[in-house]
Amino acid sequence: MRWIAVWRRNFLVWRKLLIASVLSNLADPLILLFGLGYGLGALLPSVAGMSYIAFFAAGTLCSATMFTASFESMFSGFSRMHGQKTWDAILYAPLTIDDVVAGEIVWAASKAWLSGATILAVAATFGLAASPIVVMALPVAFLVGLAFAAVGLIMTVLAKNWDFFSFYMTLIMTPMTMISGVFFPAEQLPRPVLAVAQALPLYHGVELVRPLVAGDWPRNVLVHVTVLVAYAAAGYAIALYFARRRFTA
Amino acid sequence: MSALQARALRKRYGDLEVVNGIDLDVAAGECFGLLGPNGAGKTTTLRLCLGLTYPDAGTIELLGEPVPARAREARSRVGVVPQSDNLDPDFTVAENLLVYGRYFGMSRAAVAARVPELLEFAGLAGRADARINTLSGGMKRRLTLARALINDPQLLFMDEPTTGLDPQARHLIWERLRRLTQEGRTIVLTTHFMEEAERLCHRLAIMDRGRLITAGSPRALIAEHIEPQVVEVHGSGLDRWLDQARRLAPRVERAGDTAFVYAGDAAPLIGTLREQHELSFLHRPASLEDVFLKLTGRDLRD
Repeated sequence: MRWIAVWRRNFLVWRKLLIASVLSNLADPLILLFGLGYGLGALLPSVAGMSYIAFFAAGTLCSATMFTASFESMFSGFSRMHGQKTWDAILYAPLTIDDVVAGEIVWAASKAWLSGATILAVAATFGLAASPIVVMALPVAFLVGLAFAAVGLIMTVLAKNWDFFSFYMTLIMTPMTMISGVFFPAEQLPRPVLAVAQALPLYHGVELVRPLVAGDWPRNVLVHVTVLVAYAAAGYAIALYFARRRFTA
Repeated sequence: MSALQARALRKRYGDLEVVNGIDLDVAAGECFGLLGPNGAGKTTTLRLCLGLTYPDAGTIELLGEPVPARAREARSRVGVVPQSDNLDPDFTVAENLLVYGRYFGMSRAAVAARVPELLEFAGLAGRADARINTLSGGMKRRLTLARALINDPQLLFMDEPTTGLDPQARHLIWERLRRLTQEGRTIVLTTHFMEEAERLCHRLAIMDRGRLITAGSPRALIAEHIEPQVVEVHGSGLDRWLDQARRLAPRVERAGDTAFVYAGDAAPLIGTLREQHELSFLHRPASLEDVFLKLTGRDLRD
């Protein structure tokens, strides 16, 4: 449990920079939610049996969680690893690169969870959640955070410079957001595209959160949870492998 | 008792043997210097001793613990001052110490109890709440030293502790390091400042191209490797004078316009120089730097 010291270090920085941090992680998704939700929602009577803004709130919860986890583990993580050499300083202490990787992933997931939870709270306040069952979206948000934090950290420990992340952001994250049911139901996509979405983690987060916002119990819970856990576990293992190679070679 | 022992240590990166079969013995309580030109393998050797990098061959024992197998346990009793400062820029001075203490499993109260003493030691008393970017280079280096002492280590690794510091800051660091050895702590430092090594180190080893060339006390190394007197000469007519000088001195080294003439007795050389008004000269006792240059050559590195 030594990795908790790494988590607490990042938490202390976050607490000191609270306002800027919360603003950047929440203002964007909330502006998008209310802007698109009400604007577009006025044109659409209902989507998948829900008001468009409630439909979109579920998607936003997942995509904001994904973006927060990814930014934290990639950009902030790379800054700690490469620019500030914070990881080097930690490794002189009786901690290992395994502790650093675990601490970074759980930290990024925690920060992402907070984004998701806040969006959920705002959505509930505006009456977009149909029943208290929506609180089950909280553990889902943490799982989505873990999956994207772990995959993001793979990019970080492989990165030679900042540009490296643009490829992942532009070629993977942005298209994934489009096809995973954040803005519109993924089921209306051509079969092969839907299959791609189903192979990626974001789709499964949305599939779990959206029914919870609508007040229903999601279907195929085990499948969705398994995919998210698998991404988190495989991401952790791969990130650890490359981190060990980078730091102890 | 041996604080650090390495045997037949090897580390290769690609085709380059960065550490090529070295043995180290550092006794508890001594200040040991690892000297060498840039790229000699000093930093890699330190990383190997800390278990941060795994050796291709050889054994290491740090404070009685086999490394890398039990490096974590060894590091809990070791402090490290790296070559470039990596303090946390988002934190104050005190927060840097608090966060670092937690890496050693220390509670907030345990760290807080040590902070005043450490800041006093580092000459940073009253600066607990200062932000890192308001500190000078010397202050940052002293804070890094204080950070390395948070766990009350028995042994301190320092990688070029005074590189880039002004003379005042350097002398303060030297004074503090002497105090640490007086407290019975072991120090292992790398440097390419010979003056630093000569002043601080009880024993030192000179390293080049991954190998240890020689080891011993600074005085012993000077006595063993080099004539006690040096005359540095430059000016026009140097070559003509050198023909004469070579008969009076066992060894002459030429670096550009300057000749370094090494001799047991410099008086005859000085005598001949008095007649050479075109030549400027400096007569001084031989130093560790002369040993270093003799053993590692005068060619530029990196």
